[in-house]
Amino acid sequence: MSIMFVFLGVIGTIAAWWLSRQRLASKPWLEVGAIDDAGASSLPAAKIGLGVFLAVVGALFALFFSAYVMRMHMVETNLADWKAPPLPGLLWLNTGVLILSSGALQWARGAARHREMEALKAGLIAGGVLSLAFLAGQLLAWRNLVDAGYFLASNPANAFFYLITGVHGLHVLGGLAALGATLAKAWDGVAFDQMRLSVELCAIYWHFLLLVWLVFFGLLLLTDPIRSESGLIAAICRVF
Amino acid sequence: MVDLGSVEAIPPAETADVELYHPKSWLTKYVFCQDAKVIAIQYSVTALAIGFVALVLSWLMRLQLAFPGSFAFITPSSYYQFITMHGMIMVIYLLTALFLGGFGNYLIPLMLGARDMVFPYVNMLSYWIYLLAVLVLIATFFTPGGPTGAGWTLYPPQAILEGTPGQDWGIILMLISLILFIIGFTMGGLNYVVTVLQGRTRGMTLMRMPLTIWGIFTAAIMALLAFPALLVGAIMMLFDRLLGTSFFMPAIVQAGEHLKYGGGSPILFQHLFWFFGHPEVYIVALPAFGIVSDLISTHARKNIFGYRMMVWAILAIAILSFVVWGHHMYISGMNPPFGFFFATSTLIIAVPTAIKVYNWVLTLWRGDIHFTVPMLFALGFIVTFVNGGITGLFLGNVIVDVPLSATMFVVAHFHMVMGVAPILVVFGAIYHWYPKITGRMMNETLGRIHFWITFLGAYAIFFPMHYLGFMGAPRRYYEMGETAFMPASAMTLNIFITIAALIVGAVQLAFAFNLIWSLFKGREAGGNPWRATTLEWQTPQTPPGHGNWGKELPVVYRWAYDYSAPGADGGFLPQNQPPAAPASRAAA
Ligand code: HEM
Ligand SMILES: [Cu+2]
Repeated sequence: MSIMFVFLGVIGTIAAWWLSRQRLASKPWLEVGAIDDAGASSLPAAKIGLGVFLAVVGALFALFFSAYVMRMHMVETNLADWKAPPLPGLLWLNTGVLILSSGALQWARGAARHREMEALKAGLIAGGVLSLAFLAGQLLAWRNLVDAGYFLASNPANAFFYLITGVHGLHVLGGLAALGATLAKAWDGVAFDQMRLSVELCAIYWHFLLLVWLVFFGLLLLTDPIRSESGLIAAICRVF
Repeated sequence: MVDLGSVEAIPPAETADVELYHPKSWLTKYVFCQDAKVIAIQYSVTALAIGFVALVLSWLMRLQLAFPGSFAFITPSSYYQFITMHGMIMVIYLLTALFLGGFGNYLIPLMLGARDMVFPYVNMLSYWIYLLAVLVLIATFFTPGGPTGAGWTLYPPQAILEGTPGQDWGIILMLISLILFIIGFTMGGLNYVVTVLQGRTRGMTLMRMPLTIWGIFTAAIMALLAFPALLVGAIMMLFDRLLGTSFFMPAIVQAGEHLKYGGGSPILFQHLFWFFGHPEVYIVALPAFGIVSDLISTHARKNIFGYRMMVWAILAIAILSFVVWGHHMYISGMNPPFGFFFATSTLIIAVPTAIKVYNWVLTLWRGDIHFTVPMLFALGFIVTFVNGGITGLFLGNVIVDVPLSATMFVVAHFHMVMGVAPILVVFGAIYHWYPKITGRMMNETLGRIHFWITFLGAYAIFFPMHYLGFMGAPRRYYEMGETAFMPASAMTLNIFITIAALIVGAVQLAFAFNLIWSLFKGREAGGNPWRATTLEWQTPQTPPGHGNWGKELPVVYRWAYDYSAPGADGGFLPQNQPPAAPASRAAA
């Protein structure tokens, strides 16, 4: 559960920072009178809602990663049958594509700020197409593994790989639905002020999924049987 | 007194009405409704209905334990199925849904002076997905093989192996139902949290929120972070069951035959399950703590003692409850230093919890206690919670837990602390807020009968179980058969427990009757029958209309507990009452 606790530490730090500004040490029974500012954030509710949602999705992935590492750690004890599949080289390419799609959405975000409709549309479409390419690449990577005889059920390490990449892909897919809705809005000529928030939310979500992917990819690289004979993660596990 | 800002009453904010959603047809007004108050009632009715199923299952189990073999339809398999469904429904589909989906939806916008939740559409979806989860759960009763009998903990490998009842469809649908529940809850949870963050009216700082909201808010955050662990576990087990992976399944030889599984870890599931499971106890308990604080303060006409401490204790409990899950796994063969760690953290939680109990007692101290029905239930909660908490301190110690775990002692402990105690709060809260929800009071006499039989009956049921546990009566046993260590009197005790359980169950029917009867025949309540300070009692209409507040949102000038205020009209000052004009105060 060490990864989950790192994650909870991040969440806890944010919560503590926020709480520290809420006058938790005040004595409300003595403070009668008007307080104009109830302490709500000036950010729109949708943005905060996305933040909370990402915390939930983050917990989900942190737990998947924790389970992955915990299971791997058990290699050392009693279940000596952990055989990580070789990483398809294609994953490097996919990672690059996902970075680009995140970048494209960031670009669209800037365009929304500067009220450039054409650039905005281009950014959204590029982001969407690149994400689709990423998903196709992931599917291809699955195919490569299956062709090489690494099936879902043949080993827990394989199962984790397919499961986590699959869940991540589903989240990209969900994002694409939101992206499609935003694109439709852009086409309908919705005012910039209303577009801006939607585009921003999409971009934030994409950056988040990129981060999740990078963490998982990093985890895979660290534990790749070809790349690290000793297994860095196993060493880390021994410490904890 | 310290005055903040201007002494003049500030003009209330008129909010733009356009932002509020308006139902256009009968269907969107009563069925697919986005008004949190309607969603709250939908959640509550569904949860109580499915909870009733769980209650009936408990009767069946008790009948079997008292009169083993007398009922042909209670086979060993169906006994396991009853246990599993009873536990799962009570914990998740009843209590979690009721406290967060029911009370959360009703009280958060009203107590904070908001018009509705911040994402009403998502909020509506939340209910319908919850209903779907419940329907899938019920469907397991009618599938071939019946519902799963794996125990509410669903431990693999047995949960998905042949020989466990419901191995066929029961477990699959159970997992799907849980996944749906979590998705639906997440949608609701986003609303509860963001509405508290962003939806508070002018002047409603965090430290002016009623403790009910603190409890529900904190519990919602915990649930958002803890339920993913159950989700991960459920998805992985579903893979194991359907796709033949081995996340949790070790190599197994069954009837001389190697199963296709191999290389999985059952312990991994236990970690995931209890990483959710322990916080779950507090997801149910924190809203109960909050509600009880408000009930006690209102019905004892006294400000809550140590409000700040109460808030800090809620936060401390929330944090600590994420590092104690291992106390459910003392007998899983864990490393002794881990056992030491978990025992220590478990015992530390007792500190903030005890602070809360002291503060409740000190709130009552020299209060003007009105023994109304909600107050009776609140007092019943305190006693019962202390009771279950203390046996929890026993079980938190590895050395005590090892012999007692998997005995009736554990059953007695968790029923006291997370079964009876929160249910008493549920009842108290319903008697308390019913007048606001319907405009009518519930019948007082029936309420008292309901309280005394439920309260005393719960002790009659669960107290003797401690004793059975000490004797070694195991939990989850269809029947005891002949044992050397169980005297014949234990059987008499079992019969006694069962009779008490049937009586307690029957009196719940009186409660259900009261709910319906009062809807039509109850005494008119008026807007604020308990003379309470919090905002939900200050709405222009009772029951509150769509949008809650008419044209203008209330403005909050004080904390939620100005009872017995000197010179206050009727002994209490509503949160939205402006401070007195400076001249009159100078004279006082
Ligand atoms: C009249 C009220 C109740 C009665 C008579 C009752 C009775 C029982 C019985 C007889 C068992 C099985 C014991 C065994 O053989 O191991 C059980 C298990 C359980 N009950 Fe209750 N119960 C009641 C209310 C509740 C409530 C309100 C909750 C809510 C938390 C609850 C949660 C559970 C759980 C989690 C289990 C364990 C299931 C398992 O072992 O998998 N019960 N109950
Ligand atoms: Cu626990």
